[in-house]
Amino acid sequence: MILSRLAQAAVTFLLLTFLVFVLARLTGDPAPLVLSADATLDDFAFFRRQYGLDRNFVLQYLTFLSNLFSLDFGNSFRYRVPALDVVLAGIGPTLKLTGLSMLISGFVGVALGTFAAVSKSRVVDFTVNLVASIGQAVPSFWLGLMMIILFSITFPVFPSSGYGTAAHYVLPAVTLSFFATSSIIRLTRVNMQEALKSDFVHMERVLGLSERRVVLRHALRNASLPIVTYVGLQFGLLLSGAIVTERVFSWPGLGQVIVGAILNRDYPVIQATVLVTAILFMLVNLVVDILVVIMDPRLRS
Amino acid sequence: MTETTPPAAKASRPSFAAIMPRLARALTHDSRPPLMALGFCALVIVCAVFGESIAPFAKDQAHFTSTLMPPAWTEQGNWPFILGTDHLGRDMLSRLIAGARISLMTAGAAIFVAGILGTLLGLIAGYVGGWLDIVISRLVDAFLALPFILMALALVAALGAGTANIILVMIVTNWARYARLVRSEVMSVKKLDYVTLARVAGVSHPLIILRHIIPNAMQSILVLALLDVGRSIILESSLSFLGLGIQPPDVSWGLMLADARSYLMFAWWTAAFPGLAIVATVMSFNSTGDWLKRRFDPRAFL
Repeated sequence: MILSRLAQAAVTFLLLTFLVFVLARLTGDPAPLVLSADATLDDFAFFRRQYGLDRNFVLQYLTFLSNLFSLDFGNSFRYRVPALDVVLAGIGPTLKLTGLSMLISGFVGVALGTFAAVSKSRVVDFTVNLVASIGQAVPSFWLGLMMIILFSITFPVFPSSGYGTAAHYVLPAVTLSFFATSSIIRLTRVNMQEALKSDFVHMERVLGLSERRVVLRHALRNASLPIVTYVGLQFGLLLSGAIVTERVFSWPGLGQVIVGAILNRDYPVIQATVLVTAILFMLVNLVVDILVVIMDPRLRS
Repeated sequence: MTETTPPAAKASRPSFAAIMPRLARALTHDSRPPLMALGFCALVIVCAVFGESIAPFAKDQAHFTSTLMPPAWTEQGNWPFILGTDHLGRDMLSRLIAGARISLMTAGAAIFVAGILGTLLGLIAGYVGGWLDIVISRLVDAFLALPFILMALALVAALGAGTANIILVMIVTNWARYARLVRSEVMSVKKLDYVTLARVAGVSHPLIILRHIIPNAMQSILVLALLDVGRSIILESSLSFLGLGIQPPDVSWGLMLADARSYLMFAWWTAAFPGLAIVATVMSFNSTGDWLKRRFDPRAFL
């Protein structure tokens, strides 16, 4: 099963390399953007030759592909350093932000979802539904702006932008995790309600296990499989959200890198960012698949 | 003596605690129409269609003597500008109304084309099957395997920003979900007895698709389309916020928020209102979609 998943991921990835290559070439000529206004025709020709833009399309793609396997994405047009270096500089901050948000939404989502499932109060039911539907509708970048107004301007508690200390993480991470948290709450609640209705929970209650033990050790464990899969799927959404959230908080991550690269038609950096992000995304999905097999004895054969 | 409730108790306002259970039921277990959401959807649509005749000012009419004016109900507010003005002295309310048109138009156009394209491909994959099914299904998987904003950014990088390109981007990121949905609907309907019987009775393939397959799938397509309105509005406003979507002089809620970013320190209203417009619109379309889903298929609702 894992092997076929790997093969599938490889095919998708190859398709993606072609797509990214074609799309980046459709953008138009980067030479006028990179060269200064008084560049001569010779300068243009030299620039195109230097970056291999004068060769035919198929040849360019094959070169691109073979360089890819040696992790060579070419030099950034803008910074004149290897494109991969530009991307790798952004990947750390993005992964830290995304990882922290995933932890927050995982813990808060499962905790609140479990609480909502156990509680029989209609008020809790109502609040959870309201938070979940608001969470689906609030764009993360606007939430970020509101957080800045509230916690950086009105009550200056946390910095509104920058990177470095722990305080810098608070607003971006909370902002980014909001969407995922609200959907994990919803999912956890549904699954816990199912699990709490099942026979083994009745049995354990009959046997006199404490409510706390029944809920936390047994029901939650049984409900956790779809939740783990789902939290993994959220990673893609978090990564998408991070691109926009980083812009709000001037976070020096992949989002800033790719938006800057698009505005400057910096092909190599665009290609490298998209591919590196896609690899990350596929890796996380793969890890989740394996994790589910490890957690569920029924899937082990 | 059937009248047991004294009139005074009837007239008194129900307490908060008494309302909550009813609200909760309305939100979760009810198939009554969400009137507020429907009303707001209607309001946004009216703004989108008749915006220019409703709005108090033209969307880009600048008042350089009244820039960054707060909303009218605050101390420094000024009446003609109900929701205040932006950094160029343009009326916020008029710009919000103009933004409704762009948001709904891009979302609507994209969903319409993506829906038709996805439905056609899904029909082919599900009804014809064979290698066509394999190719289409692989493509659908590949398109759904990636974070959509990444694909949107790659496309914008290639095509450039602007309204037409944003619509195209949304079509490319949306069609696959319709194809997958329609394919699975077709697969489940195609094997039903009455379809087989119709076939045996000599009904042609196109007629079967038109009469039996499409009407069966229509409800799910409609629900997906309604839920897509919210998703599309958020995608468009995100791209516009990044400067990669709608371009000035067109107005979009995301673009207004991008402008507002520079004035957060002293003009909260420039950031608050466009965001509220997005949230309210997306929530309204989402709960309308959820309500339709419950009506069409009570089992689908948890």
